[in-house]
Amino acid sequence: MSAPTATSTTASKPVRSSALNWKAIRAHGGIIALIVLVAFNAAVTPNFLQMQTLFVNISQVATIAIVAMGMTLVIATGGIDLSVGAVMALAGALAPLLFLSPWGIEYPALGLVLAFSLPLVAAALCGLFNGMMVSILNVQPIIATLILFISGRGIAQVLTNGNLQTFKNPGFSYLGTGKILGLPFQGWLALVLAIVIYWIVTRTIFGRYLLATGGNEKAARLSGGPVRSVKIGAYVICAFLSGIAGMIVVAINSASDAARNGNLMELDAIAAAVVGGALLQGGRAPIFGAILGAVIIQLVKYTLLANGVEDEVALVAKAGIILLAVYVQQVRKE
Amino acid sequence: MLDTDAFDLRKYVANNTQTTAVWFALVGLIIFGLLRYDNFGSAYNITSFLNYNAMFIAISLGMCFVIMTGGIDLSVGSVAAFTSVIAAYLSPYGIEVALPGAVLAGVGFGAINGFCIIAMRIPPFIATLVTMLAAKGGALIISGAETIGVDWGSNFTKLGMEKAFGLLPWSITIVAALALVLWLVLEKTSLGRTVLAVGGGEDASTLMGLKVNRAKAFSYMLSGGCAGLAGVILASGFGAGQPLEGIGWELSAIAAVVVGGTLLTGGLGSIPATVAGALLLGLVFNILNFENGRGTISLSAYWQMVIRGGFLFAVILFQTRVTSSRPKVG
Repeated sequence: MSAPTATSTTASKPVRSSALNWKAIRAHGGIIALIVLVAFNAAVTPNFLQMQTLFVNISQVATIAIVAMGMTLVIATGGIDLSVGAVMALAGALAPLLFLSPWGIEYPALGLVLAFSLPLVAAALCGLFNGMMVSILNVQPIIATLILFISGRGIAQVLTNGNLQTFKNPGFSYLGTGKILGLPFQGWLALVLAIVIYWIVTRTIFGRYLLATGGNEKAARLSGGPVRSVKIGAYVICAFLSGIAGMIVVAINSASDAARNGNLMELDAIAAAVVGGALLQGGRAPIFGAILGAVIIQLVKYTLLANGVEDEVALVAKAGIILLAVYVQQVRKE
Repeated sequence: MLDTDAFDLRKYVANNTQTTAVWFALVGLIIFGLLRYDNFGSAYNITSFLNYNAMFIAISLGMCFVIMTGGIDLSVGSVAAFTSVIAAYLSPYGIEVALPGAVLAGVGFGAINGFCIIAMRIPPFIATLVTMLAAKGGALIISGAETIGVDWGSNFTKLGMEKAFGLLPWSITIVAALALVLWLVLEKTSLGRTVLAVGGGEDASTLMGLKVNRAKAFSYMLSGGCAGLAGVILASGFGAGQPLEGIGWELSAIAAVVVGGTLLTGGLGSIPATVAGALLLGLVFNILNFENGRGTISLSAYWQMVIRGGFLFAVILFQTRVTSSRPKVG
């Protein structure tokens, strides 16, 4: 809030004459990174400029983008949510349990409806837990969400007894394999969610208080803002979106693996939000920035994978990118 | 504190509710265990309990320092996994080489954390989350994603499997000595007092001319080193370096530190109470194991994660209640 240079990428540039100075590069780092990544892949990665590549990347990026949007809201309040991956695992484990249960098979339609709705209720409850810990008990967000970060996945594994649940359910799988206009369904879903959340942030009272809370919590409270419920709301939305993402992953694989679903997603989501321009101190919620960040993270992953870099090395590379993104942001702030 | 009465226990307990509570809980659980289970007080149970929990006490000690500065270290579990692999590779040269080697590797990760947090001004949880990722990736790279068997011919496995002077396992002996040293460092040295001052108010400490950065760097490097020690104990006690171990350890360590009365916001903390906190969490698992054995309950291994989280939750509830009922200091 303090530094005038820390405006979002959509804001007009104050200095147009020297277009390529450092400030400009920092302010538009996300777009530049995206262009560099695409150019690099077009030159180096075989078969990059193919419809198939676009398809694969959209279906992969949707989950990161959806979670990153929720993370952006939480970060906007000055918080953080480490439990997103675990909530994904929980929601992802619940859905097949519901439509594979005896009565879920007996009443397939009802089973499917419940399989879509109950996991999201469970996810929202996780968010409620996080939000209440943070806003009512005043526990630091890292610690509060660390509880579900570990236990949430534990609960998912207890529910499934650690087993891989495989299934054939075209209705449910549509979430991860369906197509609209030739592009993956979850890509469209992410886009619709982004528009809705953008609207919430920019056009509703909740959105204004969200930014006010993150910008200066004390001032927001003293001016009569519902700081507590706004914070709880951010965590609930974040967990709800994580639940959707968890179900998408399960639908893509036609299998639910509680140990792997959403593993390390908190890092991807934080990285995407930060690369997209969210300030860890709060007060900003660039929703479309989060999507840009998610696309960059996904492209980095894809670039490493497509060029034969091992998973383990990719982990280390990703660690470096997150560090760089946060560092650049810190510098920009000063 | 001492006026007419020589020592008022009630007053002491009221002033130190939480550090006292952890000891009462510990003693209470031990008595419960002794009365309920035949083998609870057996030499075998005590030895294996202490041996296993030596790792958790070690990382809790380092975590205690980091939390006292107002920071957090989420990388301890992966760093322990990484150093367990290093220790396994170094095991043919004996414990004299493997122990310092692995601890140094841990200190190295701590130094990276410290550099990112102090010099690059990255928030501690991001910096240590990144190190967690890097250490995990690193452990998988150097091990080829497999457990690395240790050399049984050298004296390496002595640390995790044999007893010092026929009394206590080497692992717990070393960790206890470390705890003692750290207790003295915290209570008696300017470095220790600075650690507490930094957690109490970083800006004020800087303005007072305290060596804030040195205290923070020390805390993160100590935490890395403690994770390194835990890695050596892991490799030595289980006969293998385990690149996939360590998930959820940071949670155990944080829970142990918090249950010991250390404020998550920094500035207040106690080494003995942290050790007691780690033992308390270990005891909860030990007793659950006994209950499993008796058949009263049947908990799969997955419950462990749920219980760890539940324990931390209970501790936080307790701490918020205690701190809010106490008059605010500072």
